[in-house]
Amino acid sequence: MAEIEIKNLHKSFGDFVAVKNSNLIIENKEFFVLLGPSGCGKTTTLRMIAGLELPTSGNIYLDKEDVGYLRASQRDIAFVFQLFALYPHMNVRNNLAFPLKMQKLSRSEIDAKVLEAAKLLRIDHLLKSKVSSLAGGDRQRVALGRALVRRPKAFLMDEPLGTLDAEFRELMCLELRKLHDDIDATTVYVTHDQQEAMSMADRIAVMNEGVVLQADSPKVIYNKPKTKFVANFIGSPGMNFIPINEKISPSQSSIKLLDSSLNIPEQKEGTDSNENFLGVRPENLKLVSENGVKGNVFGVEYLGSRKILTIETQLGNIKIRVDSDTQVNINEQIQFDTLNNNQIIFDGSNDKALQSEFMN
Amino acid sequence: MDTSRSPLEATGFSRKLAATIIIVYMIVTLIPITWMVATSFKSVDSAISYPPEVFFEPSLEGYVNLFTNRSRQPKDYLDSLPPPDTWYEELVRSREMVITGPSKFLPRYSNSLIIGFGATFFSVFLGSLAAYALSRFKVPLKDDLLFFILSTRMFPPIAVAVPIFIMYRKLGLGDTHVGMIILYTVVNLSLSVWLLKGFMDEIPREYEEAAMIDGYSRMQAFFKVVLPQATTGIAATAIFCMIFSWNEYAFAVLLTQFNAQTAPPFIPTIIGEGGLDWPAIGAGTTLFLIPVMIFTVVLRKHLLRGITFGAVRK
Repeated sequence: MAEIEIKNLHKSFGDFVAVKNSNLIIENKEFFVLLGPSGCGKTTTLRMIAGLELPTSGNIYLDKEDVGYLRASQRDIAFVFQLFALYPHMNVRNNLAFPLKMQKLSRSEIDAKVLEAAKLLRIDHLLKSKVSSLAGGDRQRVALGRALVRRPKAFLMDEPLGTLDAEFRELMCLELRKLHDDIDATTVYVTHDQQEAMSMADRIAVMNEGVVLQADSPKVIYNKPKTKFVANFIGSPGMNFIPINEKISPSQSSIKLLDSSLNIPEQKEGTDSNENFLGVRPENLKLVSENGVKGNVFGVEYLGSRKILTIETQLGNIKIRVDSDTQVNINEQIQFDTLNNNQIIFDGSNDKALQSEFMN
Repeated sequence: MDTSRSPLEATGFSRKLAATIIIVYMIVTLIPITWMVATSFKSVDSAISYPPEVFFEPSLEGYVNLFTNRSRQPKDYLDSLPPPDTWYEELVRSREMVITGPSKFLPRYSNSLIIGFGATFFSVFLGSLAAYALSRFKVPLKDDLLFFILSTRMFPPIAVAVPIFIMYRKLGLGDTHVGMIILYTVVNLSLSVWLLKGFMDEIPREYEEAAMIDGYSRMQAFFKVVLPQATTGIAATAIFCMIFSWNEYAFAVLLTQFNAQTAPPFIPTIIGEGGLDWPAIGAGTTLFLIPVMIFTVVLRKHLLRGITFGAVRK
């Protein structure tokens, strides 16, 4: 297993820039997720690590060795495709043995390794089956088996759970993470599904428009997003952004909001811009009976364990998460306030979060 | 009302109509072939009798005549010979002839096999490499190149017979197996590239990418992963190429004479030898049909999917 380092990686297809000068370090034995909307460059980054695309410029180091411009076959990595790409003309056993046959191992060694991988994934009873007769989940397992059978330095996965149905996806998330821990793998996993990313990752890198915006643990990504995009993309629903029309200066600890003032974590940075945003997550707001921000209930989404209220206010539409037994009606006038001091100020000129007591 | 049947299924009447049309069509197309096979088992006399004999006493005279050269001898000479050793010598003697040696049918037939299968192999092999490249890689002027390849079939190949004849004479390729294989391969290549490109386009890239990550070079991935999945396309293409090279007549007449002559130009020459020997011609054409028939039957299951390809997605 190995550490992967990406340095100033850049890839353009003609005029279209897929990945812009990205830097990342994926540590040994880490489960690393590349997360972002479609077209953000996450798959291109993964394909460059795999050697299926060559970078326009920049370097990729696998265990300190520069592999950026080597052929895929020379890199000792494994790749799990979204559509599995199991060889349809071979049975399960031959699919698993295919990578080993290239390593010039003896027949008995190949058989032993195939069986070991198959047992690990509980597909040893399927070895003689045709690939086309397998169910989606078993295909997924065979694809994983083919990846891990030769114990490569790193596993790369391109939305491997994307085609499975929801129930099975949750199960496979757990299994994937357990498998990763069992074999001490280094895994780079691409997805657009934040739930998958949050539940499995040691660290998540959020990408947009070819740029890595933030690479941190799921908890930091969620609670302390460094840009407005990350704050909005992560979380369901995303963070509320309330416009504030004042310049923020260092050591400021309250802002004016409508007529009242609101305490915020002590700021360590200021802005040049007069148009900034207060970021607050829906669960960090609460309904109050007085002295809160007033608004009309515009929508109520019932989600079982909770309700999401959309409130029309003078500050724009705000989403609040409340307990599901809270009684509210559409068009009802309510008041709400902040629950704690976890707000983030985003600089309106570059959408970046300001350093503060909380953001440290 | 019978609701067990899907509304999309044909009703009883239209099914019967379809079956009737197919049977009538089959009879119309099969009569000449049946007549040809029947003629090959007739004697020379019964083949030209009027009215034509539908029921006849079968004879292998046609096949014996096809494989042998014979000469007519006076009765007293025939009587002076020792009794015939084999059934076919006896048959020939009864027509007052003796066998003077094997005919050229077998060598011509094997020429057809060598040239037909050789040209088919190279058309499909080179065609699949070109098709793969055109399907996967950025090739400068790809569309123009594809159109150029297609345009080589926009005129009948025989239109360039004279330049090819002169070229082959200068290059020493006239009347050689290599020359004929090259010619038929080139004629077939445009069809084979176009057909196979369609099939290659349908094979997801992920398969060869997976193989390359599994440690194989692109060439190895092509042979081990891409080609096996293109079997349908390869089979369909091979059949078309085979049928063309097997049946080709005009170039074979023009370019081959002794060494590399194929069966199509040879079979008509039987007519000249001692009257209209229809049974021998029937025997020659019947035997000529067999390889292509076997080839097509073997690849049949691929052919159906091959020619309807693109109509329905997998």
